[in-house]
Amino acid sequence: MPQFLEHSMTSWRGQQVEHKQSIVDQFDPRARVLATVIFALTVVFSKTLWLPFLGLLMAFAFALSASLNFRRTLRRMIAMDMFIVVMVLMLPFTMSGDALFHVFGFAASKQGFIHAIGIALKANAVVLTLLSLVGTLEASTLGHTLARLKVPEKLVHLLLFTVRYLDVISREYKRMRKAMKARAFVPKNNLHTWRSFGYLVGMLLVRSLERSERIFDAMKCRGYCGKLYLFDTMQWQQRDTILLLSMASFAVFAIASGAYVA
Amino acid sequence: MTALIRMDQVSYSYPVRGMVLDQVDMSLFAGEKISLEGGNGAGKTTLLNILVGLNKPKSGGVFAFGRERKVETDFIEVRAKAGFLFQDPDDQLFCPTVLEDVAFGPLNQGKSPDEARQISIEVLDCLGMAGFEDRVTHQLSGGEKRLITLASVLAMKPEVLLLDEPSNALDKAARLRLIEVLQSLPQAMIIISHESTFLDALVTRRTRLERGKVLDL
Repeated sequence: MPQFLEHSMTSWRGQQVEHKQSIVDQFDPRARVLATVIFALTVVFSKTLWLPFLGLLMAFAFALSASLNFRRTLRRMIAMDMFIVVMVLMLPFTMSGDALFHVFGFAASKQGFIHAIGIALKANAVVLTLLSLVGTLEASTLGHTLARLKVPEKLVHLLLFTVRYLDVISREYKRMRKAMKARAFVPKNNLHTWRSFGYLVGMLLVRSLERSERIFDAMKCRGYCGKLYLFDTMQWQQRDTILLLSMASFAVFAIASGAYVA
Repeated sequence: MTALIRMDQVSYSYPVRGMVLDQVDMSLFAGEKISLEGGNGAGKTTLLNILVGLNKPKSGGVFAFGRERKVETDFIEVRAKAGFLFQDPDDQLFCPTVLEDVAFGPLNQGKSPDEARQISIEVLDCLGMAGFEDRVTHQLSGGEKRLITLASVLAMKPEVLLLDEPSNALDKAARLRLIEVLQSLPQAMIIISHESTFLDALVTRRTRLERGKVLDL
């Protein structure tokens, strides 16, 4: 496995959010999540190009007000745009319509091209907004927020447990990986390498399973009977209502302008 | 005087490891702090697990807090009264924040969120961990994790403490702190440990698990 891939797989630094406090943090997490959902739905169902473009401009405004770290945000956007690029290249050839130009006898359609641009705009607008409004929340706060928004308890528990134990599992992985390196293991493209990585992954699964059983035992010892209790200090304020109302009026404006009519 | 917890002729065996407990008798009385020593894989943790019903004995009986405990529902009360400190603090601290973790037990016991918060803050204060309420659990140091797990057990106001290698992987300062805390607690305890200095400072009676039997030392 290449070094950089391995790094991105396991460099989970818990729920530390390295970001400067900004205006966005003054809003209630629930308002931020709801506003993002309304925004995303408004943008993705659009059948025109100008609405996603407007959405992208709004997303830039959110990113500025959240004072996102430029380099980290760019890295994440590029990670997503890799998929988008492939799609933008493919779509003109797979959608039928007026031929724009030909490559090796395959026709690139104008409709496919416009469709691809629409998807690229939508994806970037939504992801950038997510990074600005939701990505600036700590992972556990996001869990609490979803619980408060009445998202099914099981999903919230899954998220909270993932947040809690991703770090433990990744440390376990790193420990085993180091132990392999300490015995002069260098990954090559041969059977020994693949078998060793298989053992590594298998052992990680076994250990995680055993740990989950111990955690469940520990929970039973403290009287667990199917319910987690969460403490938080969220307070809905007037500005949260204003944020939601302005997002809702954006949605109403989009509907009224006929952006959903083909 | 009747024992708080008693094991009567308990046997337990694992499919591969074979017999680890062979008709074991053991009792814990109020005010006692017993050590449970023994080699790796001798079955020390299994013994504690059986006491709180996490493992079911193949034969024999567990008597706790006045009556015999057989099925899962019997043990719910036992677990509330016998606080179990696990070997690895990471197994025990599963809530995002310290306060939520410490309050988890009291909330399960039916306390209101405000009461649970109050109890948790008191217990943390008692252990000298005041101000840790909003810390994120997996970012704590080993010694801090250990004391927070102890707080989360004590918050349930147990009558007995079952400690599975509590001084494991602690540095000298953290170990001394833990000894101090444990000395000040009134609960009867069973302590699994290999460290004689740690045990000498705490226990009133020493026992050893060897070849399936608990022997008094």
